Amino acid sequence: MDLGPYLVLATLEGAVTAAVLALTAVGLSLVFGVMRVVNIAHGEFFMLGAVIAWAIAQAVAGYPAVGFALALVAAPLIVGALAVAADMTILKRLEYDPERTIVATIGLLYIIQQLTLMGYGPDARPVTPPFNTRLAIPWFEKGADGWALIWPWGLGTTSYKLAVIGAAVVILCAVWALMARTRIGLVMRATQADREMALAFGIPVERVYALVFGLGAGLAALAAVLIVPIQQAHYLMGADPLLLSFIVVIIGGLGSLPGTVVAAVLIGLSDGIISVFFSPTLAKILATLLVGLVLVFRPQGLFGGRGA
Amino acid sequence: MLLSTRGLSKQFAGLRAVEGVDFDLPKGEIHALIGPNGAGKTTLVGMISGRIAPTAGRVLFDGQDITRLPAHRRMRLGMAYTFQITSVFARLSVAENVALAARRRAHGGQVNAVIDEVLERVGLPDRKDQEAGDLAYGHQRLLEIAMGIAQRPRLLILDEPTQGLAEGEIEGFKILIRDLAQEATILLIEHNMHVVMELAGRITVMNFGAVLAEGTPEQIRASREVQAAYLGGTSDAAAG
Amino acid sequence: MRVYGLHAGLIALLLALHFVLPAYHHGNLARVMVLASYAMGYNLLFGYTGLLSLGHALFFAAGMYGMGLGVQHLGLSPAPALLAGLGAGAVVSAGLAALALRTGGVAFMIVTLMFAQAGYLTVLYFGAYTRGDEGFVIQQAQRMLWGIDLSDPGNRYLAALILFGCCLMLSLWLVRAPFGRVLVAIRENEERVRMLGYDVFAHKFAAMVISGTMAGAAGAAYGLLFGYAGATFASVQYSIFPLLWVLLGGAGTVLGPFIGTLFMFYLIDLSSGITTAYMLIAGVALVLLTLFAPQGLMGEVRRRLWRGLP
Repeated sequence: MDLGPYLVLATLEGAVTAAVLALTAVGLSLVFGVMRVVNIAHGEFFMLGAVIAWAIAQAVAGYPAVGFALALVAAPLIVGALAVAADMTILKRLEYDPERTIVATIGLLYIIQQLTLMGYGPDARPVTPPFNTRLAIPWFEKGADGWALIWPWGLGTTSYKLAVIGAAVVILCAVWALMARTRIGLVMRATQADREMALAFGIPVERVYALVFGLGAGLAALAAVLIVPIQQAHYLMGADPLLLSFIVVIIGGLGSLPGTVVAAVLIGLSDGIISVFFSPTLAKILATLLVGLVLVFRPQGLFGGRGA
Repeated sequence: MLLSTRGLSKQFAGLRAVEGVDFDLPKGEIHALIGPNGAGKTTLVGMISGRIAPTAGRVLFDGQDITRLPAHRRMRLGMAYTFQITSVFARLSVAENVALAARRRAHGGQVNAVIDEVLERVGLPDRKDQEAGDLAYGHQRLLEIAMGIAQRPRLLILDEPTQGLAEGEIEGFKILIRDLAQEATILLIEHNMHVVMELAGRITVMNFGAVLAEGTPEQIRASREVQAAYLGGTSDAAAG
Repeated sequence: MRVYGLHAGLIALLLALHFVLPAYHHGNLARVMVLASYAMGYNLLFGYTGLLSLGHALFFAAGMYGMGLGVQHLGLSPAPALLAGLGAGAVVSAGLAALALRTGGVAFMIVTLMFAQAGYLTVLYFGAYTRGDEGFVIQQAQRMLWGIDLSDPGNRYLAALILFGCCLMLSLWLVRAPFGRVLVAIRENEERVRMLGYDVFAHKFAAMVISGTMAGAAGAAYGLLFGYAGATFASVQYSIFPLLWVLLGGAGTVLGPFIGTLFMFYLIDLSSGITTAYMLIAGVALVLLTLFAPQGLMGEVRRRLWRGLP
C-alpha cells in the first residue's frame, strides 16, 4: 500500500483510539478536577468494564446484540457502584489527602487486578460486536489514463468502528450537558472551585465526591465496553488506558473537559500515525518522557492548585 | 544603612500589592511597620526576606544588592524571619527546633550551649524535651522568637509576633525585644498599637501598597494623614 | 549508645542465624537483606525527607543493569561491575532529582512514576542487549569476587549481610547527623527550613542521590548474588514494593524497612501456596496500612515504647 491510503487507515484507527481515550480520560479528569484525587486504579475500572461486558455477553450467548446492549448499560453501573463503595470505605476515611489516596488507589489497583485474575483467569477473551459490516474505502490513483478510483486491498473499516466514534461523541456531549446544564453539574463545579465554600453553602460535598468517583469509573467502564469487541478482555488491559489517560489529562489541562477531549483526539490520532513510523515501545517511551517533562516545566499550568 | 529598598514593587495578577517602596533601616533600630490589613506589609517583608520575588526594584542589605539572592542565602547573610502563623516544627522537640536554627552558625558542642542560652532568654528552659506541637500557643510564639535569636541575626524580622498573646505575655515580649535590640536591628510588623508606640524608635505606615508616612511614634501619632487614612478609619485596629 | 547497641545487635543476630537457619530460610533471609537495603535507600527519601517517589525501580534497575551489562557485554569482573552499578544508580538518581525536584507533592509522584516507566520501556526497547522480560543469567564463573564464589549460599548470605550492615549503619549515622535532622525538618515544614537559611533544594538533591545510590547498590548486589537481571525489576511493581515495605515496617525509622521487608516477604511466600495472585496481598496491605496504620510497625513501637528510636 502507498503512504496515502496507509495514513487514511492510521487516521481511522487513531480516531477509534481517540474516541475511547477521550471517554476514559474525561473520567480521570473529572475525579482529579473535582476531588483532587489522582486515581491510579482508573485503568482497572476500565478493565472491569471489559470483563463484565464479556461476562454478560456469555450469559446471553447467541444474541450478541442483546448482550452488548445489556453490557453497555449494566457494566458502567456495576463499576460505578463499586467505585462509590471504594470512595466511601477508603478515600473518605483518608479525608482525600492527596498522597495517601494515591497509595490507597495503588492498593486498589492490585486488589481489582488480582481478584480478576483469580475469578476470570489469565486469558484474553473476545466479545462479538453487535454489528460488523466491512466498509471499503476508495482511493485515487494517477494511472496511464489520468486519475482513477481504486479500492486498495486492506483499506477499509467496519461499521462497528464508526459506531464507536459516534457513540463517544454522543456520550461526551451528554457529559458536557450534565456538567454545564444541570443542577448536579453546577454542584460539582461549585465543589471543584472551592470545597470550603461549597460546604458552607450546604452542599453535601462527601456525596458529591462519591458520585464523581463513581461517574469517573463508570465512564472508564463504558469506554471499555465500546472497545472490547475490537480488543478482547484481559486482566492486565488496564495499564495502557491508565498511562494514556494520564498523558491526556496532564497535557490537556486538569479539570478542563474541552482540553481533555482535544488532547485525547491529538494523542489518539498521533498514536495511530506515530506507530506507523516508530515501534510502539519507542512511541511509549517518548510519550512517558513527554508527560514527565511537561509536569516538570509547566507544573503550575497543568497541575495547578493544591496538587502541585 | 543595614537595609534599604529602592522602588520595590510587586504585582499579583495585575493587582498592585506593593508599589515603589523606598525604605531605609539604620543599624540598631527597632522599626515598626504598620498599616491596615491588605496594605502590603507582609508582601514587603516577603520581598525583603526573599520569600516573594519583586516585580521591580532593589533590596540592599549591608550595602550588598541581594535582590536576586534566594531566601536561604539572605538568611545566611544575617537575616532571620519569624512567621506570622506559628510554624515551628510541631513533631520535633523544642531543643531540636532551636538546634536547627543554631546549626547555621554553631557546630558540635556549641549548639547545646546556644539552645540553653536562648531558651533561658525567652523563658522556656524547662520545656527543652517537650514536643513543640504540645506547647501552649503563647509558648510556641516564644519558641519562634528563640529560633530567630539562635540564628544570631543582624536583622530580625518579626511578623505580628504578639498576635494571640495574653496581656501578661505581651509584657514579657516587650522586655525581650528591648533586650534583643542591644545586638540586632529589629523590623516589626505589628497590629497592637501599644506595643508599637512603646517599642519602636521609628514607624513606617503603609496604605494601599505604598508608604504613607514615616517618623517617630510622636510624629506618627500627630500626623493628620495617618489618622485620616488609618487610625481614624479602623479604630479597633488602632486600639489593638 | 543504646541505639547503636540495638542496631549492631540486629546485625549480630543475623550473623548468628547464618549458622543455624535451615537452607530454605537461610536463602530467603539473604534475599530479604538485599531487598531491605533497597528499602532503606527508599526510606531515606520517603520516610525522612518526606518525598514519595513512585520511581525507585529506576535506580534499582540502573544498579542491576549497570552491573549486569558490564559483566555480560564488557566482561567486567564483579568488583568493578558492582562499582559500575553503584555509579549507574548515582548518575540516574542525580539526573532524575535535577528534574523531579523542581516539582513537589503529587506532581513529584507522577514525574518519578513516568520516568521510571520510560526506564522500564527502555530496557524492553534495547532487548538485544538486555533480553527484555526474559532477562539474562549471570553465570557462576562471572560471579567470582576475589576468588570467592558468590553463587555459594553461604558466601551469598555473608555478602548480603555486609551490604545490609553497611546500609543500616550508614542510615543510622546519617539520620542522627545534622544533615539528617535537616531532612526531617524539610519533611515537617519545608518553608521554615528555607527561612532558617538552609538550601532546601541541595538537601533534597543530596537525599535523593544517596537514596538512589543505595537502591542501585542493592540492585547490583541482587543481580550478582542471585545471578539474574530482568526487566521485571525495572517495572512499576518494583517501585511499589519498597513503598509497601517501608509503610509496613514504619516510615522514618531505621529498622522499619528491614522489618517490613521481612514481614511482606514471608506473607507473600506463605500465600503463594494458596494462590498465584500474590500481588493481591500487596494491594490489601497497602490499603489497610494507609487506612489504619500509617505509622507502620516500628512507628507504633516508637509511639508507644521508645520515643527516641531513630
